[in-house]
Amino acid sequence: MSQNRRDFLKTIAAIGASGTALSAVTPKKLKAGPTNILSDERMGVLVDTTVCIGCRKCEWACQGAHDIEQKDFDTYQHDDTFNKDRRPSAQNLTVVNKYFEDDNPITAKLQCMHCDHPACVSACIVGAFSKQENGSVIWDTDKCIGCRYCMVACPFQVPSFEYDKALNPKITKCDFCFDRTKEGKLPACVEICPVEALTYGKREDLILEARKRIKNNPEKYHNHIFGEHEVGGTAWLYLGPKDFTTDNVFPKLGNNTAPGVSESIQHGLFAYFVPPVAVYALLGGIMWLSKDRDSKKENK
Amino acid sequence: MNHHKPTPINKKFFTPGTIALSLIALTGITFLMGRFLFGLGAVTNLNDQFPWGIWIGLDVAAGVALAAGGFTTAALGHIMHRDKYETIIRPALLTAMLGYTFVALSVSVDIGRWYYIWHPLIMWNGNSALFEVGICVMLYVSVLYIEFLPIVTERFMGKVNLPGILSKLNGVIDKLLRALDRGLDKTMFVFIIAGVVLSCLHQSSLGTLMIIAGPKMHPLWQTPILPLLFLLSAISVGFPMVIAESLSASRSFGLKPETEVLSSLSRFIAPLLGIYLLGKLGDIVIRETFVYLTEFNSISILFGIEIIVGVVVPLRMFLSADVRKSPTGLFIASMLVIFGVLMNRFNNFVTAYNPPYAIEAYFPSVGEIFVTLGFVAIEILLYRLFVIIFPVISIPVSKAYANTKYAIRGVLK
Repeated sequence: MSQNRRDFLKTIAAIGASGTALSAVTPKKLKAGPTNILSDERMGVLVDTTVCIGCRKCEWACQGAHDIEQKDFDTYQHDDTFNKDRRPSAQNLTVVNKYFEDDNPITAKLQCMHCDHPACVSACIVGAFSKQENGSVIWDTDKCIGCRYCMVACPFQVPSFEYDKALNPKITKCDFCFDRTKEGKLPACVEICPVEALTYGKREDLILEARKRIKNNPEKYHNHIFGEHEVGGTAWLYLGPKDFTTDNVFPKLGNNTAPGVSESIQHGLFAYFVPPVAVYALLGGIMWLSKDRDSKKENK
Repeated sequence: MNHHKPTPINKKFFTPGTIALSLIALTGITFLMGRFLFGLGAVTNLNDQFPWGIWIGLDVAAGVALAAGGFTTAALGHIMHRDKYETIIRPALLTAMLGYTFVALSVSVDIGRWYYIWHPLIMWNGNSALFEVGICVMLYVSVLYIEFLPIVTERFMGKVNLPGILSKLNGVIDKLLRALDRGLDKTMFVFIIAGVVLSCLHQSSLGTLMIIAGPKMHPLWQTPILPLLFLLSAISVGFPMVIAESLSASRSFGLKPETEVLSSLSRFIAPLLGIYLLGKLGDIVIRETFVYLTEFNSISILFGIEIIVGVVVPLRMFLSADVRKSPTGLFIASMLVIFGVLMNRFNNFVTAYNPPYAIEAYFPSVGEIFVTLGFVAIEILLYRLFVIIFPVISIPVSKAYANTKYAIRGVLK
């Protein structure tokens, strides 16, 4: 218990100095966040579900583009598949489901929406997700630790995990054919679609195109572009005859960005490390001031 | 007043109780082997709809909260210098150290790529609440080990006696221990304050975790003040945890319960629970989510149990002087607070989580339950082993020895 005032101050000074030294070194070596670019030139896809014929060729092409085992091309057009709603998984990064079965059914292709403000990029503990300049949200297998927080965070419930693998299970989701678009090719699903239900282009142009279609055919479309404002906007935009949320094609979502207040809270608690350092100083002060409390009482 | 000194407890390790615990532990380990050989899907009921189950909701989230006795007693005893609570600091420190070790272990078995657990150390994402929790927990585990070191040096200084050829090293090791002890003596206050700061940070960030799930989480629990509620509930469960554990240890080792210290510690619990309850009720009133309580379903029942059985009843009990003076009353009231926080963490991470495309509700598998129970069993076994080996639990001694230092050393005096 031989702690005197001089030692106390010396140690405090040493911590302060090493802290300053650390903060001077770290930023150059370590980036405190993943790539998250919101470019004006970002691309998107307009999905017109009134045009889609449910042939599922997009599923076949997607598997081919991502080295996933494909089934025989002709077996994809089976109505049995639509008996139950499927979700994207490691075997099918995109799936086509049938909705509004009772009257005027539609088929809709589902995959990662490639949010403008992705929850997965914000949530990922190691920054394995990133939003690229062309709008793709992609996942880095070299970083991922498999914690599945992205799956908790994603408002569209898209990322899938390989629960059956003991070694190197992957998080799988649509990568917007990042490797193909880099070489100037179209995403595989857009390229194969026989009826042009999918339109690839700059996101802002796609919004204008969607508005035009609604204006020209107001009886055909529900007057809403899903993805224009939902969770702060998504790269994939959907047109349909009805409100998609009424048959759970998509969940009901607000227009606030997907990470929501989570980031503000996080940054508020750590604003330039002021709150933690202040608490530390406060506790140090209390410790110093109360150190004689009980011994004084005893001496009286 | 009696004088107490931490002493290794002179009891057998194996009893019918510890053998039963060992069997539970072995069952848990067997299921864990299945997880490592065949993947998470083979042992758990987790799927793409429910990526997190009880290994995160209970083992990690509740585990961190229930280890809060470590930082709350350190703040009371070491920072505010309430010396009379010194006898309970070491047991609380041991619980926290074992608790956090198992939190770290639970995380490593739950993540798909356990061999990359070190990635957050060099791959940073400052926006991620999980990153903050991860880094703080790693730092805090290290701090807890450092805080425990003086107990190890105290146990072995002057008693290093290695067998055979290793005996030549006795002198060197003893010198090292003494050097370590002197160094820690001078710097321990740095780690003690750091431990409290780190605890406040990650206890609250653990609450921030689920905020990003947004509308997937039931509005009764989804609130922007989750970090505050998590911190307040962690602070209010710290002392009940210490009391329940001290009473169980006394009973198990046939020692006299430290009723005097424990009942004076329990005076703090009602005000702390009161503040937490105010936050919780204020939250559902201001956000008007109490409307969900008018429906009678599993959600409203679980919320009701969490608040009434886990907060209101123990709050009322701790207000009564009769309860605070009786070991049985203290034990029951403390167990209720612990149950309330367990329920709260379970509700936040499991009950409240309602994904948009759920096919069937999540219920933990037999494997998940046994791994959770197995970890708890191993923790209790290790606690027993540690208090038999190391001077952790204080027992009465004659006055002649009373001046020996008995807290964690290095505290400003």
